[in-house]
Amino acid sequence: MLSDWETVIGLEVHVQLATRSKIFSGAATRFGAEPNTQACAVDLAMPGTLPVLNREAVRMAVKFGLAIGAEIASVSVFDRKNYFYPDLPKGYQISQLDHPVVGCGSVTVELPDGSSKCIGVTRAHLEEDAGKSLHEDFHGLTGIDLNRAGTPLLEIVSEPEIRSAQEAVAYLRQIHSIIRYLGISDGNMAEGSMRCDVNLSLRRHGQSEFGTRCEIKNVNSFRFVEKAIECERERQADILEGGGKIKQETRLYDAERNETRSMRSKEVAHDYRYFPEPDLLPVHVSEEFIASVRAELPELPAQKVQRFRTQFGLGAYDAAQLAASRELADYFEETAGATGDAKTAANWVLSELLARLNRDGFDVSASPVPAASLGALIARIHDNTISGKIAKTVFEAMWAGEGEPDAIIDARGLRQVADSGAIAQLVDAALAANAGQVEQYRATPADKRQRMFGFFVGQVMKASQGKANPQQVNDLLRERLDGE
Amino acid sequence: MHDIALEAIAGALERREFSSVEITSHLLERIERANGTLNAFITIDREGALRSAAAADAARAGGATGPLLGVPIAHKDLFCTAGLRTTCGSRMLGEFVPPYSATVVERMAAAGCVTLGKTNMDEFAMGSSNETSWFGPVRNPWDTARVPGGSSGGSAAAVAARLAPGATATDTGGSIRQPASLCGLTGLKATYGRVSRHGMIAFASSLDQAGPIARSAADCALMLQAIAGFDPRDSTSIEAPVPDYVSQLDRPLAGLRIGVPKEYFDPGLHPGTEAAVRQGLAELEAQGAKLVDVSLPHSPLSVPAYYVIAPAECSANLSRYDGVRYGYRCKDPVDLRDLYERSRSEGFGEEVKRRIIVGTYALSAGYYDAYYRKAQQIRRLIAEDFRQAFEVADVIAGPSAPATAFRFGEKSSDPITMYLEDIYTIAANLAGLPAMSMPGGLVDGLPVGIQLIGNHLQEGLLLNVAHRFQQATDWHRRSPGFTA
Repeated sequence: MLSDWETVIGLEVHVQLATRSKIFSGAATRFGAEPNTQACAVDLAMPGTLPVLNREAVRMAVKFGLAIGAEIASVSVFDRKNYFYPDLPKGYQISQLDHPVVGCGSVTVELPDGSSKCIGVTRAHLEEDAGKSLHEDFHGLTGIDLNRAGTPLLEIVSEPEIRSAQEAVAYLRQIHSIIRYLGISDGNMAEGSMRCDVNLSLRRHGQSEFGTRCEIKNVNSFRFVEKAIECERERQADILEGGGKIKQETRLYDAERNETRSMRSKEVAHDYRYFPEPDLLPVHVSEEFIASVRAELPELPAQKVQRFRTQFGLGAYDAAQLAASRELADYFEETAGATGDAKTAANWVLSELLARLNRDGFDVSASPVPAASLGALIARIHDNTISGKIAKTVFEAMWAGEGEPDAIIDARGLRQVADSGAIAQLVDAALAANAGQVEQYRATPADKRQRMFGFFVGQVMKASQGKANPQQVNDLLRERLDGE
Repeated sequence: MHDIALEAIAGALERREFSSVEITSHLLERIERANGTLNAFITIDREGALRSAAAADAARAGGATGPLLGVPIAHKDLFCTAGLRTTCGSRMLGEFVPPYSATVVERMAAAGCVTLGKTNMDEFAMGSSNETSWFGPVRNPWDTARVPGGSSGGSAAAVAARLAPGATATDTGGSIRQPASLCGLTGLKATYGRVSRHGMIAFASSLDQAGPIARSAADCALMLQAIAGFDPRDSTSIEAPVPDYVSQLDRPLAGLRIGVPKEYFDPGLHPGTEAAVRQGLAELEAQGAKLVDVSLPHSPLSVPAYYVIAPAECSANLSRYDGVRYGYRCKDPVDLRDLYERSRSEGFGEEVKRRIIVGTYALSAGYYDAYYRKAQQIRRLIAEDFRQAFEVADVIAGPSAPATAFRFGEKSSDPITMYLEDIYTIAANLAGLPAMSMPGGLVDGLPVGIQLIGNHLQEGLLLNVAHRFQQATDWHRRSPGFTA
């Protein structure tokens, strides 16, 4: 049974750092340029060219390290990782093996059941990205695009402390959220700015040693990570249940067929022949430098979650969802500030706003309804201008670009009727029109009248086209029906 | 005109004894006549040389001055020259035309030097006899049946035969000093990091260093002055001011402590060479210097350590020559593996392949600790030997090579014998120290070199010692009397 097995997962996340130029050359790093227009002599590994470290990449790596409470190495060293591939121009990748710039740290994730978990980060090191091999459009040949070659990468390696697909996705989302908060990467998985390798093994519950793991390379969306993990653990469980052994190997996730398949086994794995990169000096990071980077740190997701909980009384999961992106959190805070009611603001942002953003594929920064307008709408619920139900109609109109809430309420005549005389007329008319039901109601014992009471409320609201103040309608009906 | 020393040319140009175009044309004709015999040049840049000579004459006519303005020189063919073929002595780069110039080339050009052409060399600077060049061996003008030394054999032969008054060169394990010694010239390898490696095609990055080969210390001082100094394009370049080397040349040697390492006078040293070196030391003593015994106990380990580190670095440095982007590509490759294998097997010569294989082996999993790490430990011990020696000595002196120039084929069948050619020169590279060779006598009509090794950034002192020696001797004025 699958449930007999504990899933052990470690993630390697590659994040492209948003420096303007490459990690070892002056070429630009913009995504999507014409092939080979952003590759200079250094990126092409022309003879005699030398790498020069872009200090901005180090600053970004240190920023990440501080954000996850990690040790920052005072001295880190670049190494050469040797292998031949057409999109690796030098025949080696400059990376960091024994002395990464960022050491041990941790990331805390909030899970849907309200619990939280701290996941260890073993290390994060700087390296250069490779180019791209293009296999289409070349009639059986392979095209090489070196625009990406030399783009700075931060490889973030987790401890094998992740136990489910859900935790893995929560961890990834948290990393995504941190790098975006820090402004060190756009984290765009579709464009490859953030990529993930999954290491997974199974062991029987209670067993202390790890099983043999497989590495699933380049799983490039949150959803695929979840699905790849699910199908890989099923695959491994099937083998183990059948008395078989897991072969240590690198696998690929095929999203179309929802399966992982073998890429290369450990026996033919590369010997990368790492050795210290003689063209670069060790990187020294001073205490002053660290202090200056620390001073630049914004409020981070975990701190924001904590503040939202204490300042606004939000639940952990809601707070985490709102804090997942800096833009969404800012939107929420602006809305809450405009209304003075954070809980209602949180509900609106997490339900109505997010649903529409997702439906229409907008980023929160491009929301057709600005936070101030949503705040104004919520304020109209509070001052009884409209009911919560009417507010949803108004919001839909705002989304469609019909303007500010007050204008829509007026234009559509949605203002709530709060004039007691007018409401009394409506109530009396409804009771008169339904005299039979009134008699029936009065004949019913008091404790069984509630459903019938609702019928009268409905009649009055219908007659008012939803605009009557529901509280006033209730009060008047009680008075007329239960009065005596 | 070709007998005039490099340091005297600017004066002659200033006095209008001849123009830069005249001496340039004269030397070009000489090169064209001699090259069939000597094979010192791979590429002769007649057009470019005459153009820059004319520009230099115009500049001088316009009032510009400078000790190198209009002075013709040659560049070793591993310095990239924009628009001019740069082969590194290899079939792999047989047709390679770089789009940029090495810092050394730029700085010589900025000083007003005229580039006559590119000199022959051992393939990728791997060799001590110039027999490994794809473009054929260079002959020693002192005896055309003998080698000029290597790897900068073309630069040395060209200067010795009075085809150029000076030439740039590089030294990874002795490639400036040994050919200077075998051709009766003065050559200086600077402190590691003193001269930029940008645009200098790499052999072993942590050992490669450039420097001049010319007739005298005064000539070398002028050339070093032009090329030394920090370069942001080379991360290992030293950020320290460059002293005025010429003004230091004449300082008296009284009180100077010259360390004589006993390990450099071993049974491998030819008796004639030893006698010449000892006589040279006596001359320095006569000028007031004090000879002190020093010990460099780990010297015997320098050759084995070097032949692990240099091949290890070269195995990675030469991975970029894969037939994909530039350089030699085999005919009709059937697939990627075939492209790699045949391009590299056909594009590289035997010695280069030997070193790539040795280096790859030394870095392999399971062998790294036994070879590469051990060699790096020895390297530190060797540096420590020098540190201690420089506590009691200001300069260290000894032979540059075990003997005078040998015959073609004499050592090429046995790599180990060939590697021992560099037994006295390698340690300075491993320790990153400046070192030079100056002519110190003739044995059987062939030149002997005396080596001087200095402490970090002590090029000025080395040139000073050599210059004072050359004021009292005329070995550096001896010409092979080669008839072009």
